Amino acid sequence: MDTLVNLFITAVFVENLALSFFLGMCTFLAISKKIETALGLGIAVIVVQVLTVPINNLIYRYLLRDGALEWVGLSSVDLSFLGFVSYIGVIAAIVQILEMFLDRFVPALYNALGIFLPLITVNCAILGGTLFMVERDYTFAESVTYGLGSGFGWALAITAMAGVREKLKYSDVPDGLQGLGITFISAGLMALGFMAFSGIRL
Amino acid sequence: MTYPVRKILFSPVIDNNPIILQVLGICSALAVTTQLSTAITMSIALTLVVACSSAAISLIRYHIPANIRIIVQMTIIASLVIVVDQFLRAFAYELSKELSVFVGLIITNCIVMGRAEAFAMKNPPWPSFLDGLGNGLGFSAVLVTVGVIRELFGLGTLLGYTVLPLARDGGWYVPNGFLLLPPSAFFLIGLIIWAVRSWKTTQVEQAEFRIREMRKPAETA
Repeated sequence: MDTLVNLFITAVFVENLALSFFLGMCTFLAISKKIETALGLGIAVIVVQVLTVPINNLIYRYLLRDGALEWVGLSSVDLSFLGFVSYIGVIAAIVQILEMFLDRFVPALYNALGIFLPLITVNCAILGGTLFMVERDYTFAESVTYGLGSGFGWALAITAMAGVREKLKYSDVPDGLQGLGITFISAGLMALGFMAFSGIRL
Repeated sequence: MTYPVRKILFSPVIDNNPIILQVLGICSALAVTTQLSTAITMSIALTLVVACSSAAISLIRYHIPANIRIIVQMTIIASLVIVVDQFLRAFAYELSKELSVFVGLIITNCIVMGRAEAFAMKNPPWPSFLDGLGNGLGFSAVLVTVGVIRELFGLGTLLGYTVLPLARDGGWYVPNGFLLLPPSAFFLIGLIIWAVRSWKTTQVEQAEFRIREMRKPAETA
């Protein structure tokens, strides 16, 4: 249990996907102009991350990795080179299913998240979470925790960024830095702040 | 019909740079630039993938049904990335370890998808290939610049060779360790954007607040 809590804290603060691995930067910079939309996208990322990382974990453990097909008697087959195609396929499929499910059963949430869901397929944070899970060889329980933690960390970062940018638009910024430039600098300052968390362990 | 080869190939390098102007592909751009060697490898890998995927998608652009085109594009891109990844693992294992997940993340690099959607779906294969190549070069230009600054001033070396002799080895240069940490990449890209936009003033964005006040007074933030 301790290790899981530790993993969660690390995933949220120390190894924040957005601020220390730069994942999902395109959406992070494009959708962080208002707090509400940023929060909506953040929640969508948490949901998708919690679903995709464990499912890809099962696919990796029982279908793709070296000797994973032992349960059907093919112990010498190594399909790990098919990883990228399978993971991105799973992510695209889950996003599509989630969209249809929400549309049918939770229309209120669908209307709130609707426009962000298709964007999530091409969000590097989602695929990045899966690839980190594979590289670090997490167990199933760890992958659930990691999915939740990394999604939460990303949501936290984009919401905070949106808060900063809402105030920032009233400031007098030099012409060349206007817009994208100053956003990068403020993201850098936030990353600097998050570095204060490094080394935290429970 | 001829195409303005030079324009397609070189306009993305400075005038229409995918990172600086279109805000695409920053995801993997920053994490691999602590050393020049990984930055160069990443640049070559991405340029190859974006050029080949644009050409391939453009070849079959009349056969892709519109509503599943994203999945089709993803599959083509993912297959190309697998080729690049297997190649790196076979011939440059150390580099592929250092790039870790970022080779795989070329799949979701917005430049690749963005060029496929915006250019390759509407143009013949050869211009699409050039467009992909040009955008790859624009991406590489930023990546290599950041990589040079970070490695030179963070470690005092370039591609592993000592350029600025370090004080701890008897030289005179005290390395700036901060450049090896993630936040410095944000600052560097921000400053590069500032420099390019001071030079090419047409790229400067209008302040959002003033635009809103002039054109749409009724709409609130």
